[in-house]
Amino acid sequence: MAKEKSKKSQLSKEKMLHMHRLMLDIRNFDSRVNHLVKKGVIPGMTHFSIGEEAANVGAIAAINAGSDLITSNHRGHGQSIALEIDLNGMMAEIMGKATGTCKGKGGSMHIADLDGGNLGANGIVGGGMGMAVGAALTQKMKKTGNIVLCCFGDGACNEGTFHETLNMASIWKLPVIFYSINNMYGISTPIKDVINVDYNYQRACAYGIPGHFIEDGNDLLAVYNKFEEIVQYVREGNGPVLVETVTYRWLGHSTSDPGKYRTKKEVDEWKKKDPIDRFKNWLLENKVATAKEIEALENASLAAVEESEKFALSSPEPTLESAFEDIFADYFFSASIK
Amino acid sequence: MENNRKIMSVRDAIILAMSEEMRRDENVFLMGEDVGIFGGDFATSVGMIEEFGKERVRDTPISENAISGAAIGAAMTGMRPIVDVTFMDFIVYMMDNIVNQAAKTRYMFGGKGQIPVVFRAAAGGGVGSAAQHSQSLEAWFTHIPGLKVIAPGTPADVKGLLKAAIRDNNPVIFLEYKAQYNMKGEVPLDPDFLLPIGKADIKKVGKDVTVITYGRMLERVIQAANEVEEAEGVSVEVVDLRTLAPLDKEAVIESVKKTGKVLLVNDAHKTGGFIGEVAAMIAESDAFDYLDGRILRLAGEDVPIPYNQTLEAAMIPNVERIKKYILKLVNNR
Repeated sequence: MAKEKSKKSQLSKEKMLHMHRLMLDIRNFDSRVNHLVKKGVIPGMTHFSIGEEAANVGAIAAINAGSDLITSNHRGHGQSIALEIDLNGMMAEIMGKATGTCKGKGGSMHIADLDGGNLGANGIVGGGMGMAVGAALTQKMKKTGNIVLCCFGDGACNEGTFHETLNMASIWKLPVIFYSINNMYGISTPIKDVINVDYNYQRACAYGIPGHFIEDGNDLLAVYNKFEEIVQYVREGNGPVLVETVTYRWLGHSTSDPGKYRTKKEVDEWKKKDPIDRFKNWLLENKVATAKEIEALENASLAAVEESEKFALSSPEPTLESAFEDIFADYFFSASIK
Repeated sequence: MENNRKIMSVRDAIILAMSEEMRRDENVFLMGEDVGIFGGDFATSVGMIEEFGKERVRDTPISENAISGAAIGAAMTGMRPIVDVTFMDFIVYMMDNIVNQAAKTRYMFGGKGQIPVVFRAAAGGGVGSAAQHSQSLEAWFTHIPGLKVIAPGTPADVKGLLKAAIRDNNPVIFLEYKAQYNMKGEVPLDPDFLLPIGKADIKKVGKDVTVITYGRMLERVIQAANEVEEAEGVSVEVVDLRTLAPLDKEAVIESVKKTGKVLLVNDAHKTGGFIGEVAAMIAESDAFDYLDGRILRLAGEDVPIPYNQTLEAAMIPNVERIKKYILKLVNNR
């Protein structure tokens, strides 16, 4: 970590401040959603990215927004925000409103932004892996030069689809990064209890692909710098990569989690490794930004989240008719001769 | 061109349909186990790798989960994959991708994105392949909103509906019957010959009894109808559903109203089978008032398909039993 901190970054000030802003947006957005769940304003199931901001922003900031693609998982708020989804639409979606990203039909676990390159969060653990491989197949067949970042948790590595998709991506040399954001628990089950290797990235050798480990997933620049390397390798047509980082979710698995499987001490220890505080201090220590500039970012982020809440609260409910819409795409039946 | 027809097998109709669509649209490609040099486990892609190359006639590992997931991901991003599932029984390994992903993605995303993918599955028995290689599982898919399910019963219908399925912008489950790959019939050669998805076809017009069927049982129903007509003077109308989802309710209701008697036939297990749904739909509709007898179902027995060929044959409706059921209705027994 110290090594990464002292490393001279090639990043522009503008990009670094923007990454900080995205981490703030994740923190503020999810804090607000959590508050609204407790107030009963948000009825549905939500999973928070608080604590995992650097793991999300560091990786996604290294791909080309607008042309590269991601697949996300049930804990996808952080990934959607890192790919700069419209916060108003996302908050409205989580409130189930007609103006939501998915017209109120998807909710927290199905946030998608196809125009922005987000092929969607997924309510099925490992559900995005096949989709990511297929999206990467399209990039290869159409020779677009774009890559796919497939985000999932440590728990997904024990799904059968992990094995099948890594193997398929490997034999076809597809441009896809399999990214395991290891927050150490699958709901309550410690990952150490359900795998017999130290880390899932070590499984990469079984598929003949590189496995990378970013030990400190709360160090934004460590994540970003490693991802820059990996993205270049994959974009050059060398095939897929498995990469894992370790981070921690501060809150429960979802909004109904008594948290009996971990100690307060453990949670507090991780809060001391707050990715946002750490990057803020780094920016100040390295004189990248002034306290005033950072405060302005913090205020702007809070204002944007507040605005999203206002937008969502004042948005209409979907019509009942809309429940029967959007099941099928239009059929283009170009000719018909019986 | 329109009147240009040729006698060919279901297998050749499938190869022709896929090849025409692949020539027409470079985004269409075929993937699955053994589709390449082997030419498909049921020889339904013979010659295609030679014409289209291994990128577009893509052999896969034995990984049904990854195959189906990759097909859906490719479809979401602009390709139009055709998946050779081979035995329909193996589709069980693809269920999450088909049911939780393909069927729901567009809806969950508020109408954004589309998944134009066809899963071609070899259904039914008749070739002595026992319980894990003989199932017709269409009812699992007709139960799921967001999927189209097609089960044609003639070479021409196979061609016209497979081409329509490939051009459809939604996930389609396409049943082929492994006992009927060699069945021959006249097939239009026009590369724009398409049949509408969601339209039933009256294969035989009649006035005394309606028999509703699809897929593998169509051939037997038509034979039974002709024999009953000849021997007993009973006029049978045969409604070939062809598409199970969406279901052509109007065609069914109209025929039942006309004859007042209805028998439904499929090869899948009786309990929870698709014809039970059609029977319920009839009972709920105003066609009920036109019925002058019970609604009868003739389906596969509720047993795993046995290996022994005599036993297997006895578990699936045959011409004699279809005739018996038709006469049962006519005689109100």
